[in-house]
Amino acid sequence: MTGERFNPRLAARKRNGTIFKWLCFAATIFGIVMLAILLVDVTSDGLRWLSIDFLTRYPSRIPARAGIKSAILGTLWMMGLTAAISFPLGVGAAIYLEEYAPGNWFTRLLQTNIANLAGVPSIVYGILGLAVFVRFFGFQRSVLAGAATLSLLVLPVVIIASQEAIRAVPRSLREGAYGLGATRWQMIRHQVLPVAMPGILTGTILSLSRAIGETAPLIMIGALTFIAFPPTSPMSPFTVLPIQIFNWASRPQADFHDLAAAAIVVLLVILLAMNATAILLRNRLRKQL
Amino acid sequence: MESAESQTESGAPGPVSDSLVASDLTPHRKRRLVEGSINGVLFLCGLVSVLTTVGIVVVLVTESAGFFREVPIVEFLTGTRWSPMYSDQHFGILPLLNGTLMIAFGSSLIALPIGLGSAIYLSEYASENVRKRVKPALEVLAGIPTVVYGYFALTFITPIIRTIFPGTGIFNAASGAIVVGIMIIPMVSSLSEDALSAVPRSLRAAAYGIGATKFEVVTRVVVPASLSGVAASFILAISRAIGETMAVTLAAGATPRMTLSFLESIQTMTAYIVQVSLGETPHGTLEYRTIFAVGLVLFVITLLMNLLSQQITRRFREQYE
Repeated sequence: MTGERFNPRLAARKRNGTIFKWLCFAATIFGIVMLAILLVDVTSDGLRWLSIDFLTRYPSRIPARAGIKSAILGTLWMMGLTAAISFPLGVGAAIYLEEYAPGNWFTRLLQTNIANLAGVPSIVYGILGLAVFVRFFGFQRSVLAGAATLSLLVLPVVIIASQEAIRAVPRSLREGAYGLGATRWQMIRHQVLPVAMPGILTGTILSLSRAIGETAPLIMIGALTFIAFPPTSPMSPFTVLPIQIFNWASRPQADFHDLAAAAIVVLLVILLAMNATAILLRNRLRKQL
Repeated sequence: MESAESQTESGAPGPVSDSLVASDLTPHRKRRLVEGSINGVLFLCGLVSVLTTVGIVVVLVTESAGFFREVPIVEFLTGTRWSPMYSDQHFGILPLLNGTLMIAFGSSLIALPIGLGSAIYLSEYASENVRKRVKPALEVLAGIPTVVYGYFALTFITPIIRTIFPGTGIFNAASGAIVVGIMIIPMVSSLSEDALSAVPRSLRAAAYGIGATKFEVVTRVVVPASLSGVAASFILAISRAIGETMAVTLAAGATPRMTLSFLESIQTMTAYIVQVSLGETPHGTLEYRTIFAVGLVLFVITLLMNLLSQQITRRFREQYE
């Protein structure tokens, strides 16, 4: 017993630690390298087709004449309508949950339900949209049916982000407003919402940028791929960029693959612009508080 | 004044004539009316999310009920052939389930170790500076539309696989699994990092105090202590892989098949639903109703996984409070 001495084997243990640290570092870098490869791959494939003509032409069976005008306009319509539906509904629900809701079982049910909806696969929303908006409400395969479906899809995200922004408003502001005799709605309208708005907008923009990248639910409700005219009303048939990309990518010809890549570049630029706006808003919010 | 007002309000509206009510709208009462209606409108906004859930369940269940009147539910759940579009019709969902599970398994092999590794690095090793630069990049990775990943799989990953394994078809499970794996890395990484960062300093300090190296602190104290949070992130990521649609539709093929080979073309539940809705199947037919039955299975699986993950997270939170 006394003959045994404790051997810390410190060198070996330290070496294991270093190997482990570098493995974890490699794992971290892996994601970033993949992102870089993806961006380079897409840009190099699509650069050849990117031109003003590509943006202003309608789809064509001949790759050299194909463009994405109807897809861009469809995406803009979709973005606008989805924002118009999901923003008031989402912010309203968030205000209700944070400021009005009593602490009972129904409120807890609402909150759990919202968390669960955020995890439902997007294609299931597509099935819902197909049955409810396209068939039951008779919206047909219109921009409105698509926007209503995408609104339900992003609603949980808008609600959760708005709730966080509203919760971050200091208590003192509310107490001050009440002290001056404001009603609850006056307090919310004039104190809480102005302070929470940058946070709410950031969350809404980020969720919209998720919506305009969505493909599966819009395929479900029957967005078309060959549209040679811009949407003129919420009841128009439509296509959007992700659907056009899917259509081109699923064809065997290499030229169409490159067209898909060019359309991806355009879609990523739009997403980047939206994310940059969201980050700017977030920074403004940080300065204020 | 105050008591008189509340009395008129709670009193029966019967004897009060309309004109009297209108002239009785003092600013105070008008305000109460506005307040009450705002409460109601906001409540309706909240109700939309409940209606969404109800809508999903009602649509899936009623349409599936029509399907199960013609196809026995046992045959649907245990059949090993799926061919609703052929003249020799079979409605066994197992090949689609098999395809989905292959994608979930393959993508987990990539995303779980890499995601956890990067979470450990970001939470335990990286300097504040590195973290500030890496996290936004991972957020960008998470924000790329799934159809873009599908394109990437088809035009970049598949050619590499076909060079290594000649004879592999254009569509194969491996390409889909790899790209879905890349897609869900940010989810595992960011949720696991939250769990690792939540482990109290005192636990680490105690381990250092009895002579542990950093490696030992991380692997024997921090990771085990946050295991439930890490597990919850794993389950959420797998659930996301199961629901993923566009990347597997583009890369993994449209061949429902009972196989375990990642080099073959397969079909997932989600890809099948897309295939039917792209086709010309008339509304109301048995073939059309398959998408609701498959959708119901997909919905139930992902819902159960999300609930399980929430359950685990809730327990984890209680641990250190």
